[in-house]
Amino acid sequence: MHQEPGRGEADVVHDVAVVGAGVVGCALARQFTLDGASVVVLEKAADVLDGASKANSAILHTGFDAPTGSLELACIQEGHRLYLEIRESLNLPVIRCGALVLAWTDAEAETLPILMAQGAANGVDDLEPLDRARLLALEPNLSPAVRAGFRVPGEALIDPWSAAHGYLLQALVNGARLKRNAEVLGGRRQDGVWRLETRAGVVSARLVINAAGLHGDTVDRRLTGESWFTIRPRKGQFVVYDKTAAALADHILLPVPTKVTKGIVVCRTAYGNLLVGPTAEEQEDRDHALLDRDTLQALVSRAEAILPALAHEEVTAVYAGLRPATEEKDYRIRADLAPGYICVGGIRSTGLSAALGIAAQVAGLAGLSSAPLADPVWPRMPALSDENARDWGQPGNGGIVCHCERVTRREIEAALEGPMAAGSMGGLKRRTRVTMGRCQGFYCSADLARITAGRLTEPMLVGDRRDD
Amino acid sequence: MIDTLTPSIDPTMETADVVVVGAGPAGLAAATALRQGGAGRVVVLEREGEAGGIPRHCGHYPFGMREFHRLLRGPDYAARLVRRAEAAGVEIRRRVTVTALHPGGRLSLATPDGRGAIIGRAVVLATGVRETSRAARLIGGEKPGGVLPTGALQGLVYLEGRAPFRRPAILGSELVAFSALLTCRHAGIKPVAMIEPGPRPVALAPAVLLARAMGVPFLAGTRLDQILGRDRVERLVLTDAAGRREIEADGVIVSGGFRPEATLLKESHLALDPGSGGPVIDVFGRLSDPVYFAAGNLLRPVETAGWCWAEGVRVAAAVAAALAGRLSQPAAGRRLVTESPAIRFALPQRLGPAAPGDGGARHLQVRLARPASGRLVLTDGDKVLASRRLRSRPERRILLRLPADLAGGSDLRLTLLED
Repeated sequence: MHQEPGRGEADVVHDVAVVGAGVVGCALARQFTLDGASVVVLEKAADVLDGASKANSAILHTGFDAPTGSLELACIQEGHRLYLEIRESLNLPVIRCGALVLAWTDAEAETLPILMAQGAANGVDDLEPLDRARLLALEPNLSPAVRAGFRVPGEALIDPWSAAHGYLLQALVNGARLKRNAEVLGGRRQDGVWRLETRAGVVSARLVINAAGLHGDTVDRRLTGESWFTIRPRKGQFVVYDKTAAALADHILLPVPTKVTKGIVVCRTAYGNLLVGPTAEEQEDRDHALLDRDTLQALVSRAEAILPALAHEEVTAVYAGLRPATEEKDYRIRADLAPGYICVGGIRSTGLSAALGIAAQVAGLAGLSSAPLADPVWPRMPALSDENARDWGQPGNGGIVCHCERVTRREIEAALEGPMAAGSMGGLKRRTRVTMGRCQGFYCSADLARITAGRLTEPMLVGDRRDD
Repeated sequence: MIDTLTPSIDPTMETADVVVVGAGPAGLAAATALRQGGAGRVVVLEREGEAGGIPRHCGHYPFGMREFHRLLRGPDYAARLVRRAEAAGVEIRRRVTVTALHPGGRLSLATPDGRGAIIGRAVVLATGVRETSRAARLIGGEKPGGVLPTGALQGLVYLEGRAPFRRPAILGSELVAFSALLTCRHAGIKPVAMIEPGPRPVALAPAVLLARAMGVPFLAGTRLDQILGRDRVERLVLTDAAGRREIEADGVIVSGGFRPEATLLKESHLALDPGSGGPVIDVFGRLSDPVYFAAGNLLRPVETAGWCWAEGVRVAAAVAAALAGRLSQPAAGRRLVTESPAIRFALPQRLGPAAPGDGGARHLQVRLARPASGRLVLTDGDKVLASRRLRSRPERRILLRLPADLAGGSDLRLTLLED
C-alpha cells in the first residue's frame, strides 16, 4: 500500500487545498502547483477519478453547441486550446476525427441551420453543411435513413483517464500532495487559514477550492454553512463495443441536441473501441449509478439504427456515470461565498474538455502572488491509446498480461508504484485498462491476482481456501 | 488500427514449416502429430506464461481418455500434452502474442522483447473460446468486484489456490456450470443458486444433479436483472414468473455462452461465419486463405478437450498433405447453405472430396438455435446425400455423416425438416 502522510501534519499550511480529485480537481492541482503554490488534494475515495469523472464520452469539444456567452463555453474553448498545447509534453493522445451532427427527421433537419448559426456565434466558424449523399460518402456504414447534417472538424477524441491522471501526476511530481480516503467533514477559517477536518486528519490551507463534483453542495454546506446550489445527479448509461466495431465510424456521430442533453453519441474511443451513450436520467442518489437492462438494450437498438452493421458486433463493456448537474445549466464558479474559498460546481460532461480552462479561470479568481515554477517537470504518461506507441511493442515489457487490451506486466507494475499508485482495482483499470476488454478477466484474472496481491484496498481474492 | 506498424518483408524474418497459434489441446495435438509425421520446424506460439490451454485451470476430472487412455485432472492432462509435444520436437514459445494475421502466413507478434514476426508455410489457428461476459449480456445494476466468468474463477482457484467469493450465484446451466460447481466445491465456495433464464437446464443431468447434491437451488425461468454492491457484490435482483425478488450473494459466476476467440480473424483478411463465430473452413479445416488452417474450439462453441485434440490430430494430416502439395485448391469446394432457422450453424462451410489419410472431415458438425426435432437432410439439388433424425437442443453436439463422394461445384443445402 502506498504511504500517505497522516496526522501530525496539521501545522503544515498549504497555499491551496483542492477538495476532490476528479478531472477538474486534477487540473486545478496542476495549475496552482505550476503557478508556484503548495497544493494538497483531498479525495474522499480510495482512488482518484472515482466520481463523475469515472464515466464520460471522452470527447474534446469545440463548444459549438454550448450557450453563447456562457462561462461553460469560455472554459471549454480555453480548455480545448490548452489541452492541445500541453498534450504532447504529457504524452496524451488526441484523435482529430471531427464530428458529424446528424438529423434523422425533418424536424431535426430544420434545426440544423440554427445550430450552425450558434456555432458561428461561438467562434466555431469551420462548420460544413452536408447533404445525405455527402454524409454517406464520409461514413459508408451510416444508416441511409439519415436526412442531413453538418461537420464539426474541431471535435476530437481523447483519453479521459490518462488526461486527468497526467494533470494530477504533473502536480505531484512538482511538489503537490495527494491524500486519499480524506473526505472533508468540516472546517473553519481562522487568521487567514482554513483548518479542514478530514477522514485522514486535519489539513491546513490558506485557500480552499471545492471541486467535489457530485458532493459540491455538501462540501459548500460543511465549510460555509450553506450551499448556493443543489446537485441534481443526472445518470448516463453507456454501451461499449469491441475493437472491431471501431472501424464502422470515423467521425464522432452526434444527434441534434435538446435543451437538456447533447443526446446519444456514437464514437470511437481513444482505446480503439466504439462507444454509445449517454442516456440522461435524473435521480436523487449521488453514489449509485445503476445500469438498467432495458435501457442498455434501447441504447443497443439506437446504435444499430445509426450503424446497422453493429448488429454483428459484440458489446464488451457497459457502464453508468453521474453528471453533477444543478438547477442551472451553466457552471457554478464563485469566489465570494466565504473568504479564502472558491466553489467550482455544476461541471457536467463538458468538464473533461473544459478542465484546464476552468483551472486557468479559477487561478485568475484566486489571484495568488506566488512565482510560477521556472522549470517544471513534465511526466510522460503511459500510452493507453493505440495512437501512441504502446508498451507491448517495446523491449523489456514483461509480456502481455491482459490480452484483450494488450496490457503488459511492466505497465501494471508501474501503475502500482509512484506518487499516484493505484489504490483500488478500479483505479488500476483506469490507469492501465487491464480487464476492460472483451473477455472481462476470463484469461488474465489469475495473473492479475498474483501481481496485485496485498497492493490494493479491495483485493481480488477473499480469505484462504478451506483446504489450505 | 490494431497493428499499424506492419513489418516489411525481411529476408532475415524467422520462418517455420508450421506455426501453430495457441497451445491448448487442439494446437498441441496438431503440432505433435505434425512432428511425429515428419514435419520440419513446428513452432507453437502461446500468449500465456504456460502452455496447456484451458485444461490447466480445470483441476477436476475427466480428461485424457481419448488421448492417454486414462482418467486425468485438467492440469495433469495439460502437462502431459506439453511434455509429449516437446518430446516430439515441437518448439513451444510462451508469452508470445500474435497481433495480426497477414496474407500468405505472415504473423505479427508481441513478445516481452517487443515486436516480432514469423512466417509459416502453413499456419494452424487454435485460439479457443471464451465465455460471454456480463457486459455482453447487458445485466444491469452496479459493477462491483466478484463478477467472473468460469474461466477466471478456475484460474483463481486452481492456479492461485484462492477464492474470489464465498457465496456466489452461478448464472447459466451449460456443461461448464458443472465445472463451476466442481471448482466451487474444491475451493469451499458454497453457491447460493444456479440461475437459468430458460425453462430448463441447458446441459444434461449432471450439472443439476450435482447442484442438488451440493444443496444449490436450481432456478429455471429466472433472469438476473441487477447486480448490486459498490466494491463487492451484495445482492442480486432476479425476475421470474412470480415477479421480482432479491437474494443475497457475494459474487456471480457468469458461465457459458461460449464464443470463439476470433478477434484476430475478424481483424484479418480471413472469412468468418457469423453463425459459428469462427472461421469459414473446408473439409480440411482450411480457411479462405489456404495457408491458414483452424482446429479446436475456435471453430465453434464449444466442445470437450478430447474432441478438440482429435480435431488437432486430423488437421495435422491435412496440413501435412497441403505441404506435400496433395490438397486441391479450396476454390474447388462447394458452399454449404443452411436456411432452416432452427439451425444455428453447420461446419465445414465448404465441402468437397478428400482422399483417405488427408485429414478430411467425415461429419458435418451442426448446432441448433432452439430445441427442435425432425429430419436433418443434406441435399444436392433434388438428390439427398445424407440424412438423419434428430431431437435435440442448443449447445448439444449433432453430427451428420458426410457421403464419400462430394465432388462437384454446385451449392449443397442443409435443411431441418421439423416434425
